[in-house]
Amino acid sequence: MQNHIRMGVDIGGTFTDVVLEVGSNQVSTKVLTTYTAPEDAIIDGLHQVCGKAGVSPADISQIIHGTTLATNALIERRGAKTALITTEGFRDVIEMRTESRFEQYDLNLQLPEPLLPRQHRFTLSERVDAQGNVLIALNAADIAALADHIAPYGFDSIAIGLIHAYLNNAHERMIRDVLAEKLPGVMISLSSEVSPQMREYERFNTTVANAYIKPLMKSYLGRLKGRLADEGSACPIFLMHSGGGIISLESAAEFPVRLVESGPAGGAVFAADIAARYKLDKVLSFDMGGTTAKICLIKDQTPRTARVFEVARTYRFKKGSGMPISIPVIDMVEIGAGGGSIAHVDAMRQIRVGPESAGSEPGPACYGRGGERPAVTDADLILGKLDPDNFAGGSIQLHADAAARALETLGAPLAMDAQTAAYGLTEVVDENMANAARVHAVENGEDLADYTMIAFGGAAPLHAGRLCEKLGVKRLLVPTGAGVGSAIGFLRAPFSFEATRSVYMKLSNFAPDPVKALLAGLEAEATGFVRTCAATAAIHSEYKVYMRYTGQGWEIPIYLTAAQAADPDAARFQQLFEADYTTLFGRTVAGMDIEITVWAVNATTEAAKPQTLAVTPVGPAATPQATRQLFDPALGEMAQAAVVARGSFDAGQTVDGPALITEDETTIIIPTSRTAIARPDGTIDITQVAP
Amino acid sequence: MSNVAYQVMWNRLISVVEEQAQALVRTAFSTSVREAGDLSAGVYNAQGLMLAQAVTGTPGHVNAMADAVPHFIRRIGADNIKEGDVYITNDPWEGTGHLHDITVVSPSFHNGNHVGFFACTAHVVDIGGRGFGADAASVYEEGLYIPIMKFADQGRVDETLIRIVRGNVREPDQVVGDIYALATCNDIGHRRLAEMMREFGLDDLGGIGDFILENSRRATLERIAALPRETARGGMTIDGFDRPIDLRVELTIQADHITCDFTGTSGLDKKGINVPLVYTKAYACYALKCAIAPEIPNNAASLAPFVVTAPVDSIVNAVHPAPVALRHIIGHMIPDTVYDALDQILPATVPAEGAGCLCNFQVSLRPAPGHKGRRSEVLTFNSGGAGARPSVDGLNATAFPSGVMTMPIEATEHTGPVIIWRKELRPDSGGAGQYRGGLGQFMEVGPAQGHECDFSAMFDRVHHPARGRQGGDDGAPTTIAQDDGTLMQGKGKQFIPAGRRVMLALPGGAGYGPAGLRDPGLIKRDLARGYISAQAAMRDYGLTQADVDAVAASVARGETA
Repeated sequence: MQNHIRMGVDIGGTFTDVVLEVGSNQVSTKVLTTYTAPEDAIIDGLHQVCGKAGVSPADISQIIHGTTLATNALIERRGAKTALITTEGFRDVIEMRTESRFEQYDLNLQLPEPLLPRQHRFTLSERVDAQGNVLIALNAADIAALADHIAPYGFDSIAIGLIHAYLNNAHERMIRDVLAEKLPGVMISLSSEVSPQMREYERFNTTVANAYIKPLMKSYLGRLKGRLADEGSACPIFLMHSGGGIISLESAAEFPVRLVESGPAGGAVFAADIAARYKLDKVLSFDMGGTTAKICLIKDQTPRTARVFEVARTYRFKKGSGMPISIPVIDMVEIGAGGGSIAHVDAMRQIRVGPESAGSEPGPACYGRGGERPAVTDADLILGKLDPDNFAGGSIQLHADAAARALETLGAPLAMDAQTAAYGLTEVVDENMANAARVHAVENGEDLADYTMIAFGGAAPLHAGRLCEKLGVKRLLVPTGAGVGSAIGFLRAPFSFEATRSVYMKLSNFAPDPVKALLAGLEAEATGFVRTCAATAAIHSEYKVYMRYTGQGWEIPIYLTAAQAADPDAARFQQLFEADYTTLFGRTVAGMDIEITVWAVNATTEAAKPQTLAVTPVGPAATPQATRQLFDPALGEMAQAAVVARGSFDAGQTVDGPALITEDETTIIIPTSRTAIARPDGTIDITQVAP
Repeated sequence: MSNVAYQVMWNRLISVVEEQAQALVRTAFSTSVREAGDLSAGVYNAQGLMLAQAVTGTPGHVNAMADAVPHFIRRIGADNIKEGDVYITNDPWEGTGHLHDITVVSPSFHNGNHVGFFACTAHVVDIGGRGFGADAASVYEEGLYIPIMKFADQGRVDETLIRIVRGNVREPDQVVGDIYALATCNDIGHRRLAEMMREFGLDDLGGIGDFILENSRRATLERIAALPRETARGGMTIDGFDRPIDLRVELTIQADHITCDFTGTSGLDKKGINVPLVYTKAYACYALKCAIAPEIPNNAASLAPFVVTAPVDSIVNAVHPAPVALRHIIGHMIPDTVYDALDQILPATVPAEGAGCLCNFQVSLRPAPGHKGRRSEVLTFNSGGAGARPSVDGLNATAFPSGVMTMPIEATEHTGPVIIWRKELRPDSGGAGQYRGGLGQFMEVGPAQGHECDFSAMFDRVHHPARGRQGGDDGAPTTIAQDDGTLMQGKGKQFIPAGRRVMLALPGGAGYGPAGLRDPGLIKRDLARGYISAQAAMRDYGLTQADVDAVAASVARGETA
């Protein structure tokens, strides 16, 4: 389309990012998030970007929105008054969790409270078995009686989660029908629709989470649509979901749990788009901000997805201390490592960094706002990575003396001076991130040596170079627009919806016709959702089955071609499974039957065509504006580094490490082992120099 | 090597063993491993000293694993350790305490030199014999014994061993699959270790090993030196199989170590609830580490200052051929015993007694006479309530001291023809107190239609509930019966006919401090949630009928106070 104007909006914890794209031009702005009425910040941002671009809100043809509101509502427990109706005998599934302690050595450990207190969880006599057969039939009169009983409670939203409902949801639907009649206006969420997966704790919790945030999100999305229309933007609004695709506003209001982590998903899509532009099949995206770092594998320009993740971790980001959400999600690891992460020395005289963060108030010691404990930014300053007079475009004066004092305190028990302590601190935080990346790669059977890293977020360019050295990654790209990467990512995402079903089938018992029918049914469901967003666009489907040896509990995803899905064949399935299993775990297990547990079809429109990259002209070496002492951790010593302003680093120019490329939002560090070249799209392309 | 480089490498090793453990979870077959995490993984130097252990896993394996590798070196012979080898055992005394735990050790070679070992342990669903339970009179009846031997000799798997295993266990696919998973996870650990050694240009683990052990030793000794040098005696009496068991301990804090001696504890039992010393050590050490040095990672040096002794042929130092299949029951009671003594030295530190042992059962299912169906072994792990702490309530239905998880009932029901009819919190089971004991849980379980089963019970605290501390009340005891009222025993294999259910009420944790000091807001919250009944609220905590009615009315309005 000629004058296709699209707007991407990402509501984050601190800032609401708005990006307007007019043809191939982009304008963006950051507005402080307005918690009480998040739409206010969007309207503000809308006018700012429209003003910058010289267009009217009415000219916008499409708005793509992602938000942290769903995640925050779960973390801050600001959801609706919600009930759970479940199978008799299982009232406490979401409270009993896994019956284990996520930290084994803390005698005073406290487990997170469930989203719903016990008095808001109700049961009905009914039971389905592991084959989907009804053992105890559900009685409609019991449902009616329960509805009458809970009417005075005044619930806004009700989750229905029954044992083995992912195999047979007749009882869940029956309850919905009776409640719809007896309690009109109450929102209902079924476990068999929100998350049709085996494992009751994950499924029930996901369903409860959906129900809990549904009134809030539905009302917000309704208001947003109205406000935008009032401002003249009556165009369609779509939502980014956690799986990296876009769904309609109506689907999002029905399944708001799918919006959890949509911002970081946008970041992954942003990186995937850069990957496509550079024709890279193996990319590691690295997003590091003030408090956390997120790492994601992007293969064949598509971010990896998973079926379960954890939100609202309560105990130092520790695995198991949050709540599981089982929905299709971009598979990323998030760790407590950011510019504000604080360091201390523990009983083993080891430097530990994070997850505690200095935040923006008081901030790292070098902000001079009363912070005294050493943060990552303090170490970055002492090592010469940051210019104290030009931080955040000169808006914050950094105090090297305060940073040095904090680091001396850190180093004292280890007999380290400030600089060595800074070196230790950054090495530990970089190692933490590298470990997270390594574990993530191993879990996916990948070797990072042939990956390219794409770095964005305020703190990433300061640490990405060292991370590449640690991971053996030879190429690093730092694109432009990194500060509003997620919102740009929204504009690159396709319309997509993944439909999944748990149906157990052993390969020894493989029935091609039912398989064909199952996959076709899922395809119809997924395509139907996408069709509501994109009436005419071509939709294509990706087929995926989760397989394991019979008796194992964890599956690996196997991707099928359209032809394999249309003409399913047991021998072919086995071949695909054994190949992937060997890649992951080294050897197959002889003589075991193989089974399929989960079937998934992801329907998606074509991803936005990547911008074609012009040929990089052959340019001269850049002329440094200055030189500065920069600590190189690989060498373990200070080195004289060239300083180049990104604004005057033209396409084709090069600079060898050690060097710093400065811009308002951040500084890109080029280690001694690397050399950088500016690409025509403004991306800084950093590669390893042959040793 | 700089101090900074060693710090990075130590972090890396901890990450390596975590990857090793995760690989085991993802490739294992038994629900005990893949859903419940009854496993352990670690890396050792070439001398067999443990350098790091995965956080994923359970304390029972901690010391046992730390001790296991030197046994392997001795049995295999240093000259016989070759690249590509994989060793195996389920020796209760040289592994982790019973035949159901299979330990696999793989030597790690780098540039052709032997640099260390990876070891891992997992609980398999069956090992033959009488099946998992207390019923055997000697270890010979408890199943197949695999001495320390090569599972793979320079990469070649011993097919004879596999056939013997297959021929001796009830779930051959699961058990053999798990053995492969154990070998695989060591391989994964090795791959990562090799990468690290290449990156840092290491030829061996000598330097980093010394750094880890020295820092851990120093940190542990600093903690011990800060404690009062006192001696205290403690004890606890528990059910046992058919006679009560007295656990007795004398704890002495010395300048540079802590001794924990179990002299005075009951002698061996005729049934399989005896405990090899290695397992007693694991839980005594775990209890002390939690209270004294919780954040110091487990390795040879941080474990060394905890010296645990017990007379031979006491129930906590059973030697071959005593039956030991359910060694976890008494093993899990060791921390409460140790805390009875430690509370006298370190007041306001340790919790009140809790359920202690996991409330496990194993069901051997088969078609009922005249019916078609399938045979299956189903093991489940479940938890009672934990003891209240000096300033917080006990955890509801949460394992302590064990580190395992429960299995999702939907996953359990996929493994065999069993139905879990109920699994939910048990009101009024937590001992009253200023801080309430954790609630136990109700479970109901029976064979699926057309099936019958043997139910192997592994419960304690039927006759000896958890005792309150500092004026707190006792937790509720375990009860077990069939749904028609037929009484059942807390331990041992018992027949359940088709159509019947086993009704379990798993024990609660004990309270801490007098109930009269409890925050009234928490009492009303507990009543609103149904953690306590109206009767208990009035009887134990002094609420009036009017208070109770007000709470009920508030709940009926949908309020959450």
